[in-house]
Amino acid sequence: MKQKQSNLKAYIFIAVLLLLVILLENISAMIPGLPQVFQPTSPLFTVLKKAAVYSLVAVSMNLLNGFTGLFSLGQAGFMLLGAYTYAILTVPADQKEQVYYLFGGCALKSSIIDGLGAIFGTTGAGGAVSMILGCFIALILAGCVAAFFAYLIGIPVLRLKSDYLAIATLGFAEILRAIFQWQKLGRITNGANMIKGFPTFSSFNITDASGNVLVRLSTFIPFLISSVCIAIIVLLIHSSYGRAFKSIRDDEVAAEAMGINLFKHKMLSFVISSFFAGVGGALFAMYVANAQAKAFTSVMTYEILLIVVIGGIGSVSGSILATFLYVACSEWWLRFLDSEQYIGGFKVPLLRNGFRMVVFSIVIMVIVLFFSQGIMGNNELSLSGLMKVLSGKRERKH
Amino acid sequence: MGNALRLENVTMQFGGVVSVNNLTLEVPEHKIIALIGPNGAGKTTAFNCITGVYQPTNGLIEFMGKPMVRNHPTGKAAKTYKGENADKYAKEAVLAPTPDQITGLGIARTFQNIRLWKSMTVFDNVLIAKHQHAKQNVFSAIFRGNLAEEKRMREETMELLVEQGLDAYKDELAVSLPYGLQRRLEIARALATKPKLLLLDEPAAGMNPQETNELADFVRQIRDKYDLTVFLIEHHMDLVMNISDYIYVIDFGSEIAQGVPEEVQKNQRVIEAYLGVADEDEK
Repeated sequence: MKQKQSNLKAYIFIAVLLLLVILLENISAMIPGLPQVFQPTSPLFTVLKKAAVYSLVAVSMNLLNGFTGLFSLGQAGFMLLGAYTYAILTVPADQKEQVYYLFGGCALKSSIIDGLGAIFGTTGAGGAVSMILGCFIALILAGCVAAFFAYLIGIPVLRLKSDYLAIATLGFAEILRAIFQWQKLGRITNGANMIKGFPTFSSFNITDASGNVLVRLSTFIPFLISSVCIAIIVLLIHSSYGRAFKSIRDDEVAAEAMGINLFKHKMLSFVISSFFAGVGGALFAMYVANAQAKAFTSVMTYEILLIVVIGGIGSVSGSILATFLYVACSEWWLRFLDSEQYIGGFKVPLLRNGFRMVVFSIVIMVIVLFFSQGIMGNNELSLSGLMKVLSGKRERKH
Repeated sequence: MGNALRLENVTMQFGGVVSVNNLTLEVPEHKIIALIGPNGAGKTTAFNCITGVYQPTNGLIEFMGKPMVRNHPTGKAAKTYKGENADKYAKEAVLAPTPDQITGLGIARTFQNIRLWKSMTVFDNVLIAKHQHAKQNVFSAIFRGNLAEEKRMREETMELLVEQGLDAYKDELAVSLPYGLQRRLEIARALATKPKLLLLDEPAAGMNPQETNELADFVRQIRDKYDLTVFLIEHHMDLVMNISDYIYVIDFGSEIAQGVPEEVQKNQRVIEAYLGVADEDEK
């Protein structure tokens, strides 16, 4: 009963959060004369969109690294699979010629959206339905493709332990990146060039007939999809299977002796994590409005690993919190370090292009040295816990 | 009544080292049988062969009258094999099931050095052991289609904790319990898998005399209550002599004696194995 109530509270919290995002996005249109921060071009919205996408990938990585104890570094590879699947399936037929001009068109003549457009119509409400439904199907397929490859690669790789698993998955991601840049596959992957022209977040904005934006939804959409996906991961973690994952993390030998099939459960965690990494990759492609293998390097995996470590290995809310902090710092708050600044007539020393990364590295070293548990450790942020902290009645936990 | 477990000519050889040599023993149903021996005698290796951690090099293991493992040395192992009866099991090899499958068959175990899931609560430690028997799949678990099953698992877990006197600690972290209770929790966790045969690996290790006495009663109690067969390894002679119906003694992997406690206690070879043999000079 208590559990049900707290679940309900969590759902209400998410719903309120999503409404606030819609409100924030449209506030500049409703109240004129607000500061620049609230304008649609502000870095605030860039940060929110990117963080929503990254938080899903970070949580999916945490499911694997933090909850199942599998040290995998293949996240960028599965994101790449998701991004390309989404892009290839949704580039409209009339754009294909232009996108694939180096290879004389695409092997896949039509797209999901065109297919649905034939049923629902391509203009007005019918067009909107086919676009939304098409994107939705493409997102799920993006996850499925990533999950399928995870299953294939998982058969040999999941028999490895710790560092060896990390090396194998990292290698897999790099191989994928090379394959997707292969010119011979150009008619499908567009070689090393980017695929673009597919629906992005701003395609979801509600516009009038002449293209003026009536209601902005471009930040709401990544928030909505990420929250649904993260909610599913949280439900999994709190289920019987999630507990089995944690037992494998804590002590494999004991887990096996208590009847938990190690290989099956590791595979399950790997496949589910990769599914959501795939969806995250598709969202990332929507965010940057293109899909290009060059973007999904191991640096991206490390970035996400860093977020997971900063947030606390084994804490979903920690990962989400860390994502927003990390993305806000790297894209917005610390940007000023990259250009020369003057206080009065005094030129602040050291500030120049690239200095941001120096500060960033130092911050990360400090966190890893002094807060090795991350922001949250193993704990979860909860509303009741937050209230306790605010009212100063914090109970000390183990 | 038949045998819950029967080992026949079981040999476990690692490279050139024979850890268990030609071990034959019977564990009749509903009895408490002990396997004793000095340090390094191969007791835990024998347990690991039974629970599927190792695949025995040679021999037959039967559980509830059905062959569970039947193996003979092949390939490289055949060349280095030092044991006996290498040809006896050459036909119809039955490969060892994995430890989780063996637990599914009804053999549960505890560990010499306690292996609880440290970051989890007492309740969760027992609840996870119920996972393998739950009727659910991953989708029904995520989307909460298994609420009835989940409720049943939680109720059974709570019942077990009450029976084991651990209900007061159910929300404590397993690692924060006192040593004796951690042992008891490990047994409760093993019972949660609904075993027919319970293997206890040095259950009294690190316990004081009073705790050891309590443990003896406790083992008998759970044997009767859950209709179990108990097979244990122990160093603690008081406990072994107190609770076992029959004792097997091994040293350097081979059996050196067997019998009821009184016989074993008087057996010269057992005394020698435990206390050492006097040198010729000293005689």
